[in-house]
Amino acid sequence: MAISEMPKSELDEELEEKWADMPGVPGFLNTVDHKRIGLRYIYTSFVFFFIAGALALVLRVQLAQPNAGVLSPETYNEFFTLHGTTMIFLFNTPVLAGFGNYLIPLMIGSRDMAFPRLNAFSYWIFLFSGLLFFASFVIGHAPNGGWFAYTPLTSKPYSDGINIDFWGLAVVFVGISTTVGAINFIVTIFKLRAPGMTLNRMPVFVWSMLTFSFMAIFAVPSVTVAAGLLELDRLFGTSFYTVGLGGSVLLYQHLFWFWGHPEVYILFIPATGMISMIIPVFSRRPLSGYIFVVTALVATAFISFGVWVHHMFATGIPPLALSFFSAASLLVTLPSGVQFFAWIATMWKGVVEFTTPMLFAIGFLLIFLLGGITGVMVGVLPFDWQVTDSYFVVAHFHYVLNGAVVFPIFGALYYWLPKMTGKVLDERLGKISFWTMFIGFNLTFFPMHILGFLGMPRRVYTYNSGLGWDGLNLFISIASFLFAAGTLLTVVNFVKSMRRGKEAGPNPWHADSLEWMTSSPPPEYNFAAIPVVGSRHPLWDQHPVPVAESADDDARRPLGVHGALEKEMTVTEGLDARPQDTLGIPAPSYLPVAVAFGVLLFFVGLLVTSAVIGVVGAAVGLFGVVWWLWRTEEDVR
Amino acid sequence: MNRPSRARLFVAALLCLFAAGCGQAGSIVNPKGSEASRIATTWWIIFALACVVYLVVGGLIVFAALRGRRRRGASGLRENAFIWIGGIIVPLVILLVIAGVTVNTTSALRNPSSDALHIDVTGKLWWWDVRYIGTNVVTANTFHIPAGRPIDLRVTSDNVIHSFWVPELAGKEDTIPGQTNHLRFTADEPGTYRGRCAEFCGLQHAHMDIIVVVDTEGDFGRWLARREALDGAPTSDLTTRGAVVFQREACAGCHTISGTSANGKVGPDLSDFGSRPTIGAGVLTNTPENLDEWIYDAPAAKPGTSMPQFHSLPARDIAAVTAYLESLK
Repeated sequence: MAISEMPKSELDEELEEKWADMPGVPGFLNTVDHKRIGLRYIYTSFVFFFIAGALALVLRVQLAQPNAGVLSPETYNEFFTLHGTTMIFLFNTPVLAGFGNYLIPLMIGSRDMAFPRLNAFSYWIFLFSGLLFFASFVIGHAPNGGWFAYTPLTSKPYSDGINIDFWGLAVVFVGISTTVGAINFIVTIFKLRAPGMTLNRMPVFVWSMLTFSFMAIFAVPSVTVAAGLLELDRLFGTSFYTVGLGGSVLLYQHLFWFWGHPEVYILFIPATGMISMIIPVFSRRPLSGYIFVVTALVATAFISFGVWVHHMFATGIPPLALSFFSAASLLVTLPSGVQFFAWIATMWKGVVEFTTPMLFAIGFLLIFLLGGITGVMVGVLPFDWQVTDSYFVVAHFHYVLNGAVVFPIFGALYYWLPKMTGKVLDERLGKISFWTMFIGFNLTFFPMHILGFLGMPRRVYTYNSGLGWDGLNLFISIASFLFAAGTLLTVVNFVKSMRRGKEAGPNPWHADSLEWMTSSPPPEYNFAAIPVVGSRHPLWDQHPVPVAESADDDARRPLGVHGALEKEMTVTEGLDARPQDTLGIPAPSYLPVAVAFGVLLFFVGLLVTSAVIGVVGAAVGLFGVVWWLWRTEEDVR
Repeated sequence: MNRPSRARLFVAALLCLFAAGCGQAGSIVNPKGSEASRIATTWWIIFALACVVYLVVGGLIVFAALRGRRRRGASGLRENAFIWIGGIIVPLVILLVIAGVTVNTTSALRNPSSDALHIDVTGKLWWWDVRYIGTNVVTANTFHIPAGRPIDLRVTSDNVIHSFWVPELAGKEDTIPGQTNHLRFTADEPGTYRGRCAEFCGLQHAHMDIIVVVDTEGDFGRWLARREALDGAPTSDLTTRGAVVFQREACAGCHTISGTSANGKVGPDLSDFGSRPTIGAGVLTNTPENLDEWIYDAPAAKPGTSMPQFHSLPARDIAAVTAYLESLK
C-alpha cells in the first residue's frame, strides 16, 4: 500500500491535519478527543478537590478550640456538606473517570473511546453540575443537610430554603455524567481492544474501570431515585418520605446507601487498579496472582451491593436482619486481603525502586490496611452501635476515601502525568510532598479515632470544654494544615515541572502496558498503526511490539495507518479481541456541549421553579439529541 | 535509610496513644452499663486481633518493599500459596472468629425483659423529652434511672432523626419519626453519665446533650416519689413573683410546670429545672447568672432555638423567674 511508502514526516503531517482540533475556543468546545477530555476531567476535579480541602481547613479552624466563633452554626453546616458532597461527587468519582478516559483507549490500543461525543457530553455534564452546585455557595445558600442529606431534616418543613434543592438536583444531574461515562467505558473495553488483547491480557487498571462502570450502572440509579424523590417531595409536594402520608424516612436511607456503599468501592476499585499498575512496574516484574486480583475486583463489586444496611445499624432494624449485613460487611474484606497479599508478593519477588509513585503506593498500603481493619470493626454490629456517627467513623472513612483513594490518585499523577504532559515531575519535591502528606494525614486522622471513643459525634459545629476533646482537636487542626501543605507541594511540583521539567520520552518508567508505546504526550490518534498484543505485558515481553497492517476487509482495514488516516477504529470481539468490524470516529461537534447546556437549563428551571427556563432547557436538550442521532447516521459508515 | 519501618514505628506509637487515651470518663471503653461493657469486651478482642493483623501485614509490606529494594536476588516465595494463605485462609479464620464474637455479643444485647423500667425518650429540636411510663413524671435533658434494673428506653421523634447516645452506658439508637425503637440496657453503678445526640439534626446538633443520673434502687424510688409530688409551688416572695411573671409572660405558653396552669408543649418541661446540671441541653452550666442570660437572650447562646429573646422583660422580673425555676427541684 502506498501509505507505508510515504516519508515519515509527510505521513505525520497528514495525520496531524486529519486529527487536529480547531484552534482556540471552538476547538475547546467541540473536541471529542478522549485525551483532552480526560485531562480536563482531571484538572476540573482537582480544582474541586482544592476548594473542598480549603473548606475542610476552615472547619478545622473552627474546631481547634471549644466554643469557637469562627463559623456560625449555619455556615459550619454548609461547609461540611459542601466538603463531603464535593469530594465524593465532584472530585473522587470524576477524577477516576478522568484517568479512565485518558488511559483506557491508550492501554487497550485504541484510537479513542467507543462514543467520543458521549464522552465529551459526560464531561460537560460533570462541569455544569459542579458549577450549578457551587452556584449555591456563591449566592450564599449552600446545602446544609450533610452529604447524605437525610430526610426529614432535608424535607421542606425543616429545610425551607433553596439550599437542599441545589444538593438534590446536582446529585441527579451529575449522575447522568457518571452513568453515560460508565456505558462508554464498558463498550470501549469490550469492543475496542487491540487484536490479541484477550480478556486475560487486559491491564488490571482496565479491569478496575470495567468493574467501576458496571457498579456505577447498577448503583447510580438508586441515588438518582433517592435524590429525585426528595426533590419531588420538596418541589411538588409528593410524600415519598413524609411520615403520616404513607411515606417513610428509612426508605430514603435504604435508597441512598444502596448506592452509597457500593460507591465507596466504585471509588476504591479504580484506585487499587492504579496500585496494581504501579507496584509491578517499580518491582520490575509482573503482578503476582493476576487472576486472584481480577477475581477480587469482581467479587468486591458483587459483595458490596449486600452491605448497605451497615450504615443503618442503629435505625431499629431487627438484629437478625442486621446480622446478615454484618456478615457481608466482614466478607467484603476478603477480596481486599487477596489484593494485599498479591501486592506484597509482587514486591517480595521483585526489585523495588522507591520512586514517588511507588512511595504513594506503599503509603497507600499502610494507610488502607488501617482503614480496612477499622472497616471490619464498624462491620461488627454491636461495636458499630457505639462508634457510628462518631469521629471514629470520620477517621475510618477518611482512611479509606482519603488515604486509600487520594494517595493512589497522587501516585497516579506522578506516574501518568509524564505520559499526559510529556514532562516528568520532580522526584525530590515529589518525595517531600509524599512524606508531608503521609505524616500529615496520619497525624490528622488517626487521633479522630480516639475522639470517637471519647464520645465526640460527627458534624458538631462546636463543643464544650472539659470533655477531654480540647487537646486532640487542636492537635488535629494543626496537623490538617501539614497534610494540606503536602498536597500543595505537588501542585508546586506540577507547575515547576511543566515549565522546566525533564522530557519524559515515551516510556520513562520502563513500564509494560501499551500507553507507554506512544510518544508523551500521545498524538491525537494515539497509535498510527494498532499494536498486536501477544502478552499481558507487551512492552516487556514483545521486542518490539508488532503493529498491524491494514487489510482490505472491513474488520482489519482500520488496523494499520490507513485507519488513522481515515479516522477509523477496529471493533474486536469481546472475549478474545479478534477483529470484527469498523467504527468511524466522529468529527468534533458542538452537540455535546449544547445538549449538556440544555440539561443545565432544565435543572436551573427546576431549581428556580421557572417553567419557562425548564421547558427551554428540555427543548434544547431534546432537539440536540435528535440532531445528534440524525447526524451520526450521516457521519458514520 | 529505613523510612517505611520508621513509618511503622510511628503508627505503632499512635496505637499505644490510642489505647492509653481512651480510658477516661465519657469513653466507650470506660463502661458503666451492661451493653457498653459487652461492647467494650468485644472491642478489646477485635482490637487485639487488629494489632496482630496490622503488625504482621504491615510488617510484610515493609519487609517485602525493603527486601526488593536491597535486591537480595531471587526469592523462593510461592506466590499462589502465599496469596491463598495470607489473603484468603487466615483472614477467613479471623473473620469467622469476629463473626462468632459479633453474634455472641449481639444476641445478649437489647433483649426485652419483663421487669424493665419503661421510659419514653423523644428527640426534639434540640433537646430531649423524657416520660416515665405509668407515672405523671415528665422531665427533659436530664433523667434518673436505677442501677441494676433493666431499662427499656422507647425512643422516637416527632421531627427529624436524632440518635440517643450515652457512651458509658450503651450504643446508639436512632429516634426516627413514625417508629418507636428500643434501647435496652442495665446501668451498673450510680453516677452521672453524659451523652448527646449523634445523628446530625440541624443547626443545634452540637447542643443536644443528655445526662443520665444513675441512682441506687432506693435513691431512685425516693427521687421518683419526690418528683411525682412536685407541684411548682413557689416558696418565697421572690419565687412567687417569679411564678407570676412565668404565667404572665410567654413562658407558660411553651413550658409545662406540673401542678401549675403552665402546660405549654413546645419547649422542655421545667417541673424539676433546678435539679438539672445544664441549660439549653448542654449550652450553659445551670447557674442563676447563666439562666438570667439565657432568659434574656437564648438565641444568642443557641442560635436557632425556638426560645425567643426577652429583651423587654425588666431585669428584676428575669431574676425572679430565675429564682423560681432554680427552686424547682
